[in-house]
Amino acid sequence: MSAAIDYLLHLADNALVLGQRNAEWCGHGPILEEDIALSNVSLDLIGQARLLYQLVATLKGGNTTEDRLAYFRDSGDFRNYTLLELPHHGPLSGYAQSSMDYGTTIVRNFLYSALMALLWEALENSANTDLAAIAAKSLKEVRYHLRHSRDWLVRLGDGTDESHARVQASLDHLFPYTQEFWAQSPAEAAAVAAGVGVDLLTLKADWDGIVDAALAEATLQRPVVEGYVTEGKKGLHSEHLGFLLAEMQSLARAHPNGNW
Amino acid sequence: MTTALKEWPLWEIFVRSKQGLEHKHCGSLHAADAAQALDMARDVYTRRQEGVSIWVVESKAITASNPDEKGELFDPAADKIYRHPTFYDIPEEVGHM
Repeated sequence: MSAAIDYLLHLADNALVLGQRNAEWCGHGPILEEDIALSNVSLDLIGQARLLYQLVATLKGGNTTEDRLAYFRDSGDFRNYTLLELPHHGPLSGYAQSSMDYGTTIVRNFLYSALMALLWEALENSANTDLAAIAAKSLKEVRYHLRHSRDWLVRLGDGTDESHARVQASLDHLFPYTQEFWAQSPAEAAAVAAGVGVDLLTLKADWDGIVDAALAEATLQRPVVEGYVTEGKKGLHSEHLGFLLAEMQSLARAHPNGNW
Repeated sequence: MTTALKEWPLWEIFVRSKQGLEHKHCGSLHAADAAQALDMARDVYTRRQEGVSIWVVESKAITASNPDEKGELFDPAADKIYRHPTFYDIPEEVGHM
Protein backbone atom coordinates (compact mmCIF):
# COMPACT_ATOMS: atom_id res chain seq x y z
CA MET A 1 0.00 0.00 0.00
CA SER A 2 2.67 2.49 1.07
CA ALA A 3 4.80 1.47 -1.91
CA ALA A 4 1.92 2.36 -4.21
CA ILE A 5 1.32 5.70 -2.46
CA ASP A 6 4.94 6.86 -2.72
CA TYR A 7 5.09 5.83 -6.37
CA LEU A 8 1.78 7.48 -7.25
CA LEU A 9 2.90 10.70 -5.56
CA HIS A 10 6.08 10.65 -7.63
CA LEU A 11 4.03 10.34 -10.84
CA ALA A 12 1.52 12.96 -9.68
CA ASP A 13 4.15 15.49 -8.60
CA ASN A 14 5.93 15.09 -11.94
CA ALA A 15 2.73 15.94 -13.78
CA LEU A 16 1.72 18.81 -11.49
CA VAL A 17 5.11 20.54 -11.43
CA LEU A 18 5.63 20.32 -15.19
CA GLY A 19 2.00 21.35 -15.70
CA GLN A 20 2.63 24.45 -13.60
CA ARG A 21 5.81 25.24 -15.55
CA ASN A 22 4.02 24.91 -18.90
CA ALA A 23 1.19 27.09 -17.59
CA GLU A 24 3.70 29.91 -17.09
CA TRP A 25 3.59 30.39 -20.87
CA CYS A 26 -0.14 31.14 -20.77
CA GLY A 27 -0.47 34.65 -22.14
CA HIS A 28 3.27 34.79 -22.91
CA GLY A 29 3.63 32.30 -25.76
CA PRO A 30 5.82 33.24 -28.72
CA ILE A 31 2.75 33.07 -30.98
CA LEU A 32 -0.95 32.65 -30.24
CA GLU A 33 -1.10 29.06 -31.50
CA GLU A 34 1.80 27.97 -29.27
CA ASP A 35 0.30 29.79 -26.33
CA ILE A 36 -2.80 27.63 -26.71
CA ALA A 37 -0.77 24.48 -27.40
CA LEU A 38 1.24 24.82 -24.19
CA SER A 39 -1.88 25.62 -22.19
CA ASN A 40 -3.39 22.41 -23.59
CA VAL A 41 -0.29 20.45 -22.55
CA SER A 42 -0.42 22.05 -19.12
CA LEU A 43 -4.08 21.17 -18.62
CA ASP A 44 -3.44 17.58 -19.73
CA LEU A 45 -0.66 17.29 -17.13
CA ILE A 46 -2.70 18.88 -14.34
CA GLY A 47 -5.55 16.54 -15.24
CA GLN A 48 -3.20 13.56 -14.89
CA ALA A 49 -1.98 14.90 -11.54
CA ARG A 50 -5.54 15.27 -10.29
CA LEU A 51 -6.43 11.66 -11.12
CA LEU A 52 -3.28 10.41 -9.38
CA TYR A 53 -3.80 12.60 -6.29
CA GLN A 54 -7.42 11.45 -6.07
CA LEU A 55 -6.18 7.86 -6.15
CA VAL A 56 -3.62 8.59 -3.41
CA ALA A 57 -6.31 10.33 -1.34
CA THR A 58 -8.53 7.26 -1.63
CA LEU A 59 -5.68 4.95 -0.59
CA LYS A 60 -4.65 7.15 2.34
CA GLY A 61 -8.17 7.77 3.54
CA GLY A 62 -8.89 10.11 6.45
CA ASN A 63 -9.24 13.74 5.49
CA THR A 64 -6.69 13.59 2.65
CA THR A 65 -7.92 15.29 -0.52
CA GLU A 66 -6.29 16.05 -3.86
CA ASP A 67 -6.10 19.72 -2.87
CA ARG A 68 -4.32 18.97 0.39
CA LEU A 69 -1.75 16.92 -1.52
CA ALA A 70 -1.19 19.58 -4.17
CA TYR A 71 -1.35 22.73 -2.07
CA PHE A 72 -0.41 21.86 1.50
CA ARG A 73 2.79 19.87 1.13
CA ASP A 74 6.15 21.62 1.15
CA SER A 75 9.12 21.35 -1.16
CA GLY A 76 10.73 18.46 0.75
CA ASP A 77 7.55 16.40 0.42
CA PHE A 78 7.43 16.67 -3.36
CA ARG A 79 8.72 13.69 -5.29
CA ASN A 80 9.10 15.10 -8.82
CA TYR A 81 12.21 14.89 -10.96
CA THR A 82 14.45 17.94 -10.49
CA LEU A 83 14.41 18.38 -14.28
CA LEU A 84 10.74 19.35 -14.19
CA GLU A 85 10.99 22.17 -11.64
CA LEU A 86 13.78 24.11 -13.39
CA PRO A 87 12.89 27.51 -14.85
CA HIS A 88 12.62 28.07 -18.61
CA HIS A 89 16.26 29.03 -19.05
CA GLY A 90 19.80 27.91 -18.49
CA PRO A 91 22.28 29.91 -16.40
CA LEU A 92 21.44 33.59 -16.96
CA SER A 93 23.83 36.47 -17.32
CA GLY A 94 23.04 39.80 -15.66
CA TYR A 95 22.05 41.35 -18.98
CA ALA A 96 19.81 38.53 -20.20
CA GLN A 97 16.85 39.94 -22.10
CA SER A 98 14.37 37.30 -21.01
CA SER A 99 14.02 34.59 -18.40
CA MET A 100 11.71 32.62 -20.69
CA ASP A 101 13.47 30.60 -23.38
CA TYR A 102 11.12 28.60 -25.55
CA GLY A 103 13.83 26.14 -26.62
CA THR A 104 14.41 25.17 -22.98
CA THR A 105 10.69 24.53 -22.51
CA ILE A 106 10.59 22.44 -25.68
CA VAL A 107 13.67 20.37 -24.82
CA ARG A 108 12.36 19.59 -21.35
CA ASN A 109 8.91 18.64 -22.64
CA PHE A 110 10.57 16.44 -25.23
CA LEU A 111 12.89 14.59 -22.81
CA TYR A 112 10.07 13.98 -20.33
CA SER A 113 7.38 13.12 -22.90
CA ALA A 114 9.69 10.58 -24.54
CA LEU A 115 10.00 8.87 -21.16
CA MET A 116 6.32 9.05 -20.29
CA ALA A 117 5.18 7.78 -23.69
CA LEU A 118 7.05 4.59 -22.80
CA LEU A 119 6.20 4.52 -19.10
CA TRP A 120 2.45 5.10 -19.45
CA GLU A 121 2.31 2.34 -22.05
CA ALA A 122 4.10 -0.05 -19.69
CA LEU A 123 1.90 1.04 -16.75
CA GLU A 124 -1.20 -0.06 -18.63
CA ASN A 125 -0.23 -3.48 -17.23
CA SER A 126 0.20 -2.26 -13.65
CA ALA A 127 -1.13 -4.51 -10.88
CA ASN A 128 -2.98 -1.43 -9.64
CA THR A 129 -5.93 -1.33 -12.03
CA ASP A 130 -6.75 2.31 -11.23
CA LEU A 131 -3.22 3.30 -12.20
CA ALA A 132 -3.52 1.18 -15.35
CA ALA A 133 -6.66 3.12 -16.31
CA ILE A 134 -4.97 6.48 -15.68
CA ALA A 135 -2.04 5.26 -17.78
CA ALA A 136 -4.31 4.42 -20.71
CA LYS A 137 -5.83 7.92 -20.65
CA SER A 138 -2.50 9.67 -20.17
CA LEU A 139 -0.78 7.72 -22.94
CA LYS A 140 -2.87 9.40 -25.64
CA GLU A 141 -2.15 12.81 -24.17
CA VAL A 142 1.58 12.30 -23.85
CA ARG A 143 1.88 10.97 -27.38
CA TYR A 144 0.67 14.34 -28.56
CA HIS A 145 3.02 16.17 -26.17
CA LEU A 146 5.88 14.15 -27.64
CA ARG A 147 4.77 14.92 -31.17
CA HIS A 148 4.49 18.63 -30.41
CA SER A 149 7.84 18.98 -28.62
CA ARG A 150 9.69 16.74 -31.07
CA ASP A 151 8.38 18.76 -33.99
CA TRP A 152 9.66 22.00 -32.47
CA LEU A 153 12.95 20.38 -31.44
CA VAL A 154 13.60 19.50 -35.07
CA ARG A 155 12.47 22.91 -36.32
CA LEU A 156 14.67 24.79 -33.88
CA GLY A 157 17.65 22.44 -34.19
CA ASP A 158 17.52 22.29 -37.98
CA GLY A 159 16.49 25.93 -38.24
CA THR A 160 18.67 29.02 -38.26
CA ASP A 161 22.17 29.34 -36.76
CA GLU A 162 20.63 31.24 -33.85
CA SER A 163 17.88 28.71 -33.09
CA HIS A 164 20.31 25.80 -33.48
CA ALA A 165 22.83 27.28 -31.05
CA ARG A 166 20.17 28.15 -28.50
CA VAL A 167 18.40 24.79 -28.50
CA GLN A 168 21.75 22.97 -28.34
CA ALA A 169 22.58 25.07 -25.25
CA SER A 170 19.22 24.09 -23.71
CA LEU A 171 19.95 20.45 -24.42
CA ASP A 172 23.43 20.71 -22.87
CA HIS A 173 21.88 22.35 -19.81
CA LEU A 174 19.01 19.91 -19.28
CA PHE A 175 20.39 16.55 -20.41
CA PRO A 176 22.43 15.84 -17.24
CA TYR A 177 19.16 15.96 -15.25
CA THR A 178 17.83 12.95 -17.18
CA GLN A 179 20.32 10.79 -15.26
CA GLU A 180 17.76 10.86 -12.46
CA PHE A 181 15.37 8.81 -14.63
CA TRP A 182 17.67 5.81 -14.45
CA ALA A 183 18.73 5.92 -10.80
CA GLN A 184 16.05 3.84 -9.11
CA SER A 185 14.78 5.25 -5.80
CA PRO A 186 13.70 3.00 -2.89
CA ALA A 187 10.07 4.03 -3.58
CA GLU A 188 10.36 2.95 -7.21
CA ALA A 189 12.05 -0.31 -6.25
CA ALA A 190 9.23 -1.09 -3.81
CA ALA A 191 6.59 -0.28 -6.43
CA VAL A 192 8.33 -2.47 -9.00
CA ALA A 193 8.53 -5.32 -6.49
CA ALA A 194 4.78 -4.95 -5.80
CA GLY A 195 3.99 -5.07 -9.53
CA VAL A 196 2.59 -1.54 -9.37
CA GLY A 197 5.50 0.26 -10.99
CA VAL A 198 7.82 -0.32 -13.91
CA ASP A 199 11.61 -0.59 -13.82
CA LEU A 200 12.66 2.35 -16.00
CA LEU A 201 15.92 0.68 -16.96
CA THR A 202 13.85 -1.72 -19.07
CA LEU A 203 12.69 1.32 -21.09
CA LYS A 204 16.06 3.04 -21.45
CA ALA A 205 17.03 1.52 -24.79
CA ASP A 206 13.71 2.65 -26.30
CA TRP A 207 14.09 6.14 -24.78
CA ASP A 208 17.61 6.38 -26.23
CA GLY A 209 16.18 5.38 -29.60
CA ILE A 210 13.49 8.09 -29.54
CA VAL A 211 15.94 10.74 -28.36
CA ASP A 212 18.77 9.84 -30.74
CA ALA A 213 16.47 9.72 -33.78
CA ALA A 214 15.03 13.14 -32.98
CA LEU A 215 18.42 14.68 -32.25
CA ALA A 216 19.82 13.32 -35.52
CA GLU A 217 16.89 14.84 -37.43
CA ALA A 218 17.37 18.10 -35.54
CA THR A 219 21.17 18.07 -36.29
CA LEU A 220 21.81 18.36 -32.54
CA GLN A 221 24.60 16.70 -30.56
CA ARG A 222 23.64 14.43 -27.69
CA PRO A 223 25.57 15.68 -24.65
CA VAL A 224 27.77 13.24 -22.76
CA VAL A 225 26.48 13.24 -19.20
CA GLU A 226 28.28 12.36 -16.02
CA GLY A 227 28.67 13.68 -12.51
CA TYR A 228 26.03 14.65 -9.97
CA VAL A 229 22.71 12.84 -10.26
CA THR A 230 19.81 14.91 -8.95
CA GLU A 231 17.45 13.40 -6.37
CA GLY A 232 14.23 15.38 -6.68
CA LYS A 233 12.22 12.17 -6.53
CA LYS A 234 13.64 11.58 -3.04
CA GLY A 235 12.61 15.09 -1.98
CA LEU A 236 16.00 16.78 -2.47
CA HIS A 237 15.17 19.68 -4.77
CA SER A 238 16.78 22.68 -6.37
CA GLU A 239 15.97 26.14 -5.02
CA HIS A 240 13.56 26.65 -7.93
CA LEU A 241 10.84 24.37 -6.61
CA GLY A 242 10.21 26.57 -3.56
CA PHE A 243 9.43 29.59 -5.75
CA LEU A 244 7.21 27.52 -8.03
CA LEU A 245 5.26 26.13 -5.07
CA ALA A 246 4.99 29.56 -3.44
CA GLU A 247 3.20 30.90 -6.48
CA MET A 248 1.11 27.79 -7.07
CA GLN A 249 0.06 27.25 -3.45
CA SER A 250 -0.36 30.79 -2.13
CA LEU A 251 -4.01 31.20 -3.08
CA ALA A 252 -5.11 27.89 -1.58
CA ARG A 253 -3.13 28.63 1.58
CA ALA A 254 -4.55 32.14 1.92
CA HIS A 255 -8.07 30.71 1.74
CA PRO A 256 -7.90 27.19 3.18
CA ASN A 257 -11.00 25.13 2.39
CA GLY A 258 -12.16 27.88 0.03
CA ASN A 259 -14.48 26.95 -2.78
CA TRP A 260 -14.36 28.44 -6.26
CA MET B 1 20.09 25.27 -42.54
CA THR B 2 17.23 27.07 -44.20
CA THR B 3 16.63 30.80 -44.38
CA ALA B 4 14.45 32.14 -41.61
CA LEU B 5 10.91 33.08 -42.57
CA LYS B 6 10.11 36.54 -41.28
CA GLU B 7 6.40 36.01 -41.92
CA TRP B 8 4.70 32.65 -41.76
CA PRO B 9 2.15 31.97 -44.49
CA LEU B 10 -1.55 31.94 -43.69
CA TRP B 11 -3.53 28.68 -43.74
CA GLU B 12 -7.27 28.12 -43.95
CA ILE B 13 -8.56 25.45 -41.60
CA PHE B 14 -11.40 23.03 -42.34
CA VAL B 15 -12.75 20.73 -39.64
CA ARG B 16 -15.17 17.82 -39.93
CA SER B 17 -17.25 17.26 -36.82
CA LYS B 18 -18.22 13.84 -35.54
CA GLN B 19 -21.68 13.93 -37.10
CA GLY B 20 -20.71 16.10 -40.03
CA LEU B 21 -20.34 14.72 -43.52
CA GLU B 22 -18.11 17.47 -44.85
CA HIS B 23 -15.25 19.61 -43.67
CA LYS B 24 -16.34 23.11 -42.80
CA HIS B 25 -14.22 26.22 -42.84
CA CYS B 26 -13.65 27.35 -39.26
CA GLY B 27 -10.86 29.92 -39.43
CA SER B 28 -7.26 30.54 -40.33
CA LEU B 29 -3.86 30.64 -38.68
CA HIS B 30 -0.20 31.32 -39.44
CA ALA B 31 2.22 28.38 -39.61
CA ALA B 32 5.58 27.63 -41.19
CA ASP B 33 4.33 24.66 -43.22
CA ALA B 34 1.38 22.30 -43.71
CA ALA B 35 2.40 19.80 -41.02
CA GLN B 36 2.72 22.55 -38.44
CA ALA B 37 -0.55 24.13 -39.56
CA LEU B 38 -2.25 20.78 -38.93
CA ASP B 39 -0.86 20.50 -35.39
CA MET B 40 -1.72 24.08 -34.58
CA ALA B 41 -5.22 23.66 -35.97
CA ARG B 42 -5.62 20.69 -33.63
CA ASP B 43 -4.74 22.88 -30.66
CA VAL B 44 -6.65 25.97 -31.72
CA TYR B 45 -9.80 24.58 -33.33
CA THR B 46 -10.47 21.09 -31.91
CA ARG B 47 -9.72 21.51 -28.19
CA ARG B 48 -13.42 21.39 -27.33
CA GLN B 49 -14.10 18.20 -29.29
CA GLU B 50 -15.16 20.10 -32.39
CA GLY B 51 -13.71 17.65 -34.85
CA VAL B 52 -12.45 14.25 -35.92
CA SER B 53 -10.65 15.32 -39.09
CA ILE B 54 -8.76 18.42 -40.21
CA TRP B 55 -7.81 19.81 -43.61
CA VAL B 56 -5.44 22.72 -44.01
CA VAL B 57 -4.87 24.63 -47.22
CA GLU B 58 -2.60 27.58 -47.79
CA SER B 59 -4.75 30.69 -48.16
CA LYS B 60 -2.97 31.80 -51.30
CA ALA B 61 -4.06 28.57 -53.02
CA ILE B 62 -7.66 29.70 -52.83
CA THR B 63 -9.01 31.74 -55.73
CA ALA B 64 -11.94 33.83 -54.59
CA SER B 65 -14.66 35.62 -56.49
CA ASN B 66 -14.41 39.38 -56.56
CA PRO B 67 -16.89 41.09 -54.21
CA ASP B 68 -17.24 43.93 -56.76
CA GLU B 69 -18.70 41.42 -59.23
CA LYS B 70 -21.33 40.26 -56.79
CA GLY B 71 -24.10 41.87 -58.83
CA GLU B 72 -23.43 40.18 -62.13
CA LEU B 73 -22.46 36.86 -60.54
CA PHE B 74 -25.22 36.28 -58.03
CA ASP B 75 -28.12 38.70 -58.38
CA PRO B 76 -29.45 37.17 -61.64
CA ALA B 77 -30.33 33.99 -59.69
CA ALA B 78 -32.61 35.92 -57.35
CA ASP B 79 -35.77 35.76 -59.48
CA LYS B 80 -35.35 32.23 -60.82
CA ILE B 81 -37.43 30.56 -58.17
CA TYR B 82 -38.27 27.74 -60.62
CA ARG B 83 -34.72 26.48 -60.07
CA HIS B 84 -35.68 25.40 -56.59
CA PRO B 85 -37.29 21.98 -56.73
CA THR B 86 -40.11 23.06 -54.46
CA PHE B 87 -43.00 22.67 -56.90
CA TYR B 88 -43.14 18.91 -56.74
CA ASP B 89 -45.15 16.68 -54.43
CA ILE B 90 -42.72 14.17 -53.02
CA PRO B 91 -44.24 10.71 -52.47
CA GLU B 92 -44.27 9.81 -48.82
CA GLU B 93 -42.21 6.65 -49.29
CA VAL B 94 -39.27 8.84 -50.39
CA GLY B 95 -39.10 10.33 -46.93
CA HIS B 96 -37.02 13.34 -46.06
CA MET B 97 -35.09 15.00 -48.88
